Amino acid sequence: MTHPPKSSTAPPGSGVPTIPAVPPQPGPPAQPPPPPAPEAPAAPARRTAFAEGLDQVRAAATTEPGRLRIIGAALALLVVLFGAVTAWQTNERAAAADDVLHKSQPLSSAAADIYRYLADANTAASSGFLAGGQETADSRKKYEEDIDLAAAGLIKAASNSDPDSPAAKTVAELNTLLPEYKGLVERARTYNRQGFPVGGAYLRYANEKMQEEMLPKAQNLYTSENQRLRADYADATPYPWAAIGLGVLALAGLAWAQHRNYRRTNRVLNHGLVAATATATVVLLWLVVGHTVARAGLNDSYDHGVRSLNVLHDARIASLKARGNENLTLVARGAETVTKKNAQGVDVTYDAYDFDFDKDMDTLGKGLAEASKLADDSSGKTPVIAAEGNMTVWKQRHTAARAQDDNGNYEEALKRVIGGKGATGECFDSVDDNLAKALTHEEKEFARSAGDGLGAMTGLPAGAAVLAVLGAAGAVLGIGRRLSEYR
Amino acid sequence: MRMRGRVRTGLKGWGGVGAMAVVCGLVLAFALLLPVARSQGDGSTGTGGPGVTRADQVADDGPCTNPAIKTHPEDQTLSPSSADGPTIDKIKARQGEKRKLIVGVDQNSYRWGYRNPNGGPTADLEGFDIDLVHRIAQDILGDPNAVQFKAIPTNQRIPAIQAGRVDMVVRTMTINCTRLGQVAFSAPYFKTGQQVLAPKSSGITGYNGTLAKQRICTAEGSTANTELVDAKKAKELVSSAVISPPVPNQLDCLVRLQLGEVDAVVTDGALAASQAAQDPTVELKGSPFTTEYYGVAMRSDADDLVRRVNQILVDYRKDTTDGWQASYDRWLSATLNESSAKSEPPPPKYLRKN
Repeated sequence: MTHPPKSSTAPPGSGVPTIPAVPPQPGPPAQPPPPPAPEAPAAPARRTAFAEGLDQVRAAATTEPGRLRIIGAALALLVVLFGAVTAWQTNERAAAADDVLHKSQPLSSAAADIYRYLADANTAASSGFLAGGQETADSRKKYEEDIDLAAAGLIKAASNSDPDSPAAKTVAELNTLLPEYKGLVERARTYNRQGFPVGGAYLRYANEKMQEEMLPKAQNLYTSENQRLRADYADATPYPWAAIGLGVLALAGLAWAQHRNYRRTNRVLNHGLVAATATATVVLLWLVVGHTVARAGLNDSYDHGVRSLNVLHDARIASLKARGNENLTLVARGAETVTKKNAQGVDVTYDAYDFDFDKDMDTLGKGLAEASKLADDSSGKTPVIAAEGNMTVWKQRHTAARAQDDNGNYEEALKRVIGGKGATGECFDSVDDNLAKALTHEEKEFARSAGDGLGAMTGLPAGAAVLAVLGAAGAVLGIGRRLSEYR
Repeated sequence: MRMRGRVRTGLKGWGGVGAMAVVCGLVLAFALLLPVARSQGDGSTGTGGPGVTRADQVADDGPCTNPAIKTHPEDQTLSPSSADGPTIDKIKARQGEKRKLIVGVDQNSYRWGYRNPNGGPTADLEGFDIDLVHRIAQDILGDPNAVQFKAIPTNQRIPAIQAGRVDMVVRTMTINCTRLGQVAFSAPYFKTGQQVLAPKSSGITGYNGTLAKQRICTAEGSTANTELVDAKKAKELVSSAVISPPVPNQLDCLVRLQLGEVDAVVTDGALAASQAAQDPTVELKGSPFTTEYYGVAMRSDADDLVRRVNQILVDYRKDTTDGWQASYDRWLSATLNESSAKSEPPPPKYLRKN
């Protein structure tokens, strides 16, 4: 940075070309436009405001009071700019953090729930069919509740998704498919009551619609909501470098002004400038510390909240799929098979649904192991470990039930799958309950960490704005104090 | 000599290039064809994969080339006998819980093989086919309930027998010459024919020109599907009729019909009657346009089992108190005719020698 000439009065007209560190906005920024310097009124002809202002500044820079005015204006501007950028950047991050906490995470959970309710309703419907004839009051209630909750979830997702977004389109498609699905199940019920096997055919058709059209769409919705969550995180966590840079610049400017002051007058403290420096320092510290804390909170909420939640949601969906396939194995009664090569490279034929069941159980097992690794406290770990225990029992009971079915004891197999005590249904319910517990816990963890993060940013935008105005006022007053010495 | 020499030197230069080009071409062709071959393999739902299927097709041209077999495939079965043989011995040798006859059936054919939704928690299958299965189990294993039922979709009947997943299939299965090349059949136990089913209000009057521009539903791997595809190729079926993508089970056709996704169903008259019995707004249109017989299907090499089942069928049809007629009266007289005359097959001929 070039320094203005040492002599307090420069020869007039020699037009010092070096303008002090002022952004070249002339005219208006020289805000408290005191009656222009004596040289100014001699403006001969009419010219543009810009050129005139530039001339004024250039002229002012030749005298010490003029220079002081320019320095004062520049400092005030720098501090205000720092405050404004801080307010803007932190506000943006706080809004993104708020979205994470109050919008995208709840929506991601809601999308996972939609999937779950749909899959659960389908399982309840097929269990009802398996039970033979009229489904029990419990399974009917479960089915109706699931459908209601799925519909409510869709409404929520629709109101929260931007129109024309892929998510909105998926929600609209699911909204058309849901009543279609329900219609098919109703027909199945009616025919079942009449004792006609076409009821079963309707149920198969409904199941096909659910498995091949609705669940993949619900999965898409979940994926896109998760992407939105990740995008909000990406908006909330980066350091506000522009604000930090401006803050450093403002402090440097203030320091330079005070140093210049000291050299010119030998006075150490100028109250106004000190106050401005103090406020700018406070804003900068607040910005850096506040954002770092917020960032830590948000990162924590992602690592210990969102990641756990995702793993748990996936595990829950896997257990639902497994349950659905377990039921369908009995509904289809060997109707569908798949041929896969085993470890020795020999083709082996498996029941298609039982094969999928095994795959789903593997996914569930892996998900639970991952969830237990991610769980960072005992109250998060306990339900996951309990669910792992339930899963082990489920597998044992399932193997026993399959053995019965393979031996032709269909009735016994049925009892071991959808019967009351000792059936695999019991294990599935326990897994589901425990996963629900773990999810509630992780959701709380998430809300706490993200809330802490968001809390760290509370007041920062407004505070920065107010302090910056105060700082700018301090700078102007401080310079004004010096200026008054020339009157 | 010199010519040859020149050619050889000429080739020396181009030989390497040519060989390389050939190799490249081969590799490219291989790379392009491989996915095709693989996708075919994955796409087949059967157990054998494409190779087996093709081999079968070559083999099954055999019976159909013989006009006598083509017109009367139902006669191609072995004479009845009560003697045990290797297949029956193997079934009898099953121990404990496994000592059961494994039979492929349908659980969707009303009054043939189905699960009565109001049948309570036992979930027993019942129907005309199921009665016959119990009779066979009674005779071979001494217990009518020593049966393990496997529900088999229409197009899986033959693969299930060939792969040995079931001992036999008793599932409204038509005896025809193509299938005779793949599995062995018992003597016929029921007579039926393909028929058209459509809403009462529909303009369709039968298997004729009124099917123009109508979407027709059939089950995958069913006689109806083969019949229609062949008829369309031979221009016997009105060319504007649309054969909808086949569904896994004939009953799924009734669902499509009710949902308005198809306009008509073609299936065996016996099964069409079962569908009409479940929906009073549809009816059989016209008379059957084929004559065919249901038989029990078994592995091609299970000669002793075929003879045994034929013997059981002889006794079953003779049995007046709890045999064929009783089962017909119980299950089918309500949906088909009061009289069983039209459904009773003629006396079997047992023309198969080996």
